Amino acid sequence: MTKVGARDAPTLLVSDLTVGLPPDGDRKFAVENASLAVMAGQTRCLVGESGSGKSVIGNAILGMLPDALPQLSGSVALHGENLPKQRDPAFNSIRSARIATIFQDASASLNPIKRIGKQLAEILQVHGFDASSHKDRIRDVLAAVRLDEPDRIMRAYPHQISGGQAQRVVIAGALLLKPSLLIADEPTTALDVTTQAGILKLIADLKKELGLAVLFVTHDFGVVAEIADHVSVMKDGVIVEHGAAADILTSPQHAYTQKLIAAAQPSAPDKPITAAEELLQAQDINLVYRSGGLLNRQRTHAVRNVSLEIAKGQTLGLVGESGSGKSSLARALLRLEETDSGTIRYNGHNITHLAGPDLQRLRKSIQVVLQDPYSALNPRKLVRASIAEGPIIHGMPKKKAYARAEELLELTGLSSTAGQRYPHEFSGGQRQRICIARALALEPELLVADEAVSALDVSVQAQILKLFADMQNRFGFAMLFITHDLRVARAVCDDIIVMKSGEVLERGTVTSVFTHPSHDYTKALLAAAPTSDFLALRGK
Amino acid sequence: MLTYVLSKLMRAAVTMLITVSLVFTFIRFSGDPAAALAPPDAPQEVIDQYAEQMGLDKPFWVQYSGYIGGLMVGEFGYSVHTGRAVEELFLERLPYTLQLGGCAFLIALLFGIPLGSLAAVNRASKLDRLVMGFSVFAFAMPNFLFGLIIILTSALWFQIYLGGEGANVLFPALTLGLASMGGFARFTRSSLLEIINAPFMRAAEARGIPFMRRLIRHAAPNAAIPLVTLVGLSIGGLIAGSVVTEQVFAWPGVGQLLIRSVATRDLAMVQFLVLAVAFTMVLANLLVDTLYLLIDPRIRVR
Repeated sequence: MTKVGARDAPTLLVSDLTVGLPPDGDRKFAVENASLAVMAGQTRCLVGESGSGKSVIGNAILGMLPDALPQLSGSVALHGENLPKQRDPAFNSIRSARIATIFQDASASLNPIKRIGKQLAEILQVHGFDASSHKDRIRDVLAAVRLDEPDRIMRAYPHQISGGQAQRVVIAGALLLKPSLLIADEPTTALDVTTQAGILKLIADLKKELGLAVLFVTHDFGVVAEIADHVSVMKDGVIVEHGAAADILTSPQHAYTQKLIAAAQPSAPDKPITAAEELLQAQDINLVYRSGGLLNRQRTHAVRNVSLEIAKGQTLGLVGESGSGKSSLARALLRLEETDSGTIRYNGHNITHLAGPDLQRLRKSIQVVLQDPYSALNPRKLVRASIAEGPIIHGMPKKKAYARAEELLELTGLSSTAGQRYPHEFSGGQRQRICIARALALEPELLVADEAVSALDVSVQAQILKLFADMQNRFGFAMLFITHDLRVARAVCDDIIVMKSGEVLERGTVTSVFTHPSHDYTKALLAAAPTSDFLALRGK
Repeated sequence: MLTYVLSKLMRAAVTMLITVSLVFTFIRFSGDPAAALAPPDAPQEVIDQYAEQMGLDKPFWVQYSGYIGGLMVGEFGYSVHTGRAVEELFLERLPYTLQLGGCAFLIALLFGIPLGSLAAVNRASKLDRLVMGFSVFAFAMPNFLFGLIIILTSALWFQIYLGGEGANVLFPALTLGLASMGGFARFTRSSLLEIINAPFMRAAEARGIPFMRRLIRHAAPNAAIPLVTLVGLSIGGLIAGSVVTEQVFAWPGVGQLLIRSVATRDLAMVQFLVLAVAFTMVLANLLVDTLYLLIDPRIRVR
């Protein structure tokens, strides 16, 4: 490798990196001939969907590739100097000191039973810093990541701080030793949009202040638009496109990049507005959770005085961050949770206290699709048996139910033979199709989708959203679509309700909420959402 | 934290009361102790006289309240065979059982946990398979069988006759401890493996913390949390095992006393021993719950 002049030498240079996969993998290499550079004071986003190999590159730079993924060729250099071979103990003095890392789930990357102050001090200790200066340094760095009350945070255990605070703590730990390279592996994926915006801004600020080189691994082009100076796009272990962020975002060359960008900004479909009849009406719903034993009783008011209507064939979006009470509300409407007060009407009948066979009949006409398609299907049951189970319970002959299951699998974009296989043989997106087929098997009038696309990659997300719309056109059911993601809500909903702390803050048609949000919280959510018209944002 | 301790204490007290009542009831209904005590061909009048002496002719509730009242003031009753106070007989035997149980427990801990850790760190290696194979064997083998094998081999090959007064505690303790050891090793392995693969262990590696330090400072304390439960529960297994082991090795402990008392329907003695076992279990559980407080801040501070 040629030495480059020190001034423009990249902080990180990965050249022709190839990483193998175990022989039973779905391709030969986890990463194939990947090259990329990150300069001081700049951010390179490494974009790709799950399984594209983007995190493998991050691990290779840290010398943390497991034996199952051997580095076959290529080199990684920091400031022009080659790093040791994978898993060499010499890496211990490089990690954190020169290359720091932050991970997706910050709360999980802290030891749950040690105080945060101690965990941060340990980083200083193992890198040979004098114990007397620990406290001051930690306090300084906690202030640098904009955490108020650094002393309280230092005394706290990880479960006592929020996800956003945890990510700030982890970033503080990463900055303690003033590294020159920061690898951020999907650091905001697990966070709410407003928290995400704060963390992204923090990383951008720190990059500028400290002259950090940042390698930012993400699957989300919305995040790319916010933070990247340069972009590398990965697919199946190969970097398919590189370039300056503005170029890639405005004129992507590779078809895959175009697809990813298109998936990140679904447009609102134009649905004819029909004179709609009310299907579900809820009035002044209150739901309080009680927990604890005899001595320490606790009450959580999850839903406060919420009213809503869903018209036949229409889609109502329930938008809010985690803990906003949106799932609790849905559980109450589904009669999975007893409400503390309020009335629920379905087709004009009061179903608030329905029980026995009547409730059983109601369940047939309201179906649910959940977030995690992996745990939502019984792994020991053939797919067609899972789909046919509902109709059989409600009295359909077995033969007919199986035939119907095959029909539905085809309708949802799978082959009819898929029914004779087990869930583990399918990808996440395919499983969600199976879950939708299962929900439709009972010909529901109302379909509740609880974060049904949140666990999926963006391009798969777009396909599943389209499937929801197609199926709704075909079968005419109403939908209650619960999501934390505004762009998803925008893509499928007719009306939107925004929730926070169990209360409804704003409601209206999609167009009115998105173009003229009246509540400050909605405005903040819209502003924080990374993809809100990112092309305009990038128009400089 | 205070409420946590108080609620655990309350639960322990309730458990004890329920146990006392159940034991009392079931023993009354499992056969007539007076008849068992009297000579086989004794006339009915003699049996009745025995019953009257022991208060067995009184109504159930009178006997029950009398018994509970006695417990409150430390009156546990008298062995019908020796006529001595049951707690006195128990205390005579207790040191032997504590010695045996304590040694067995130490063997289980001192070998089980390191072996399990070794297997976890060298996962899927030959060492791992060897340790796990041995653990399953130790775990599955009945106590008495292992004891008999030890006694037989030592007597046949070395002319050493084990058991009885003044015998060495090592062999019965080995017999008793090996089964728990197998359980500890298996559980340590799975619990440690789970922690080793946790995200925070990877994060610790990325912070440049060396391997041994990650293992001892980060993985071990976390893996110890579920292990504490198992250790607490295994006290019950040790007590059950000690009954058999003491019999096999003629070890003069509480287990032997229990077998003898049951065989002779020594009512007060059996009652007292069952209570003592229950008390030990409740105490062990209480200890486990308190240990949780010390090692898991997620329970201690909310």
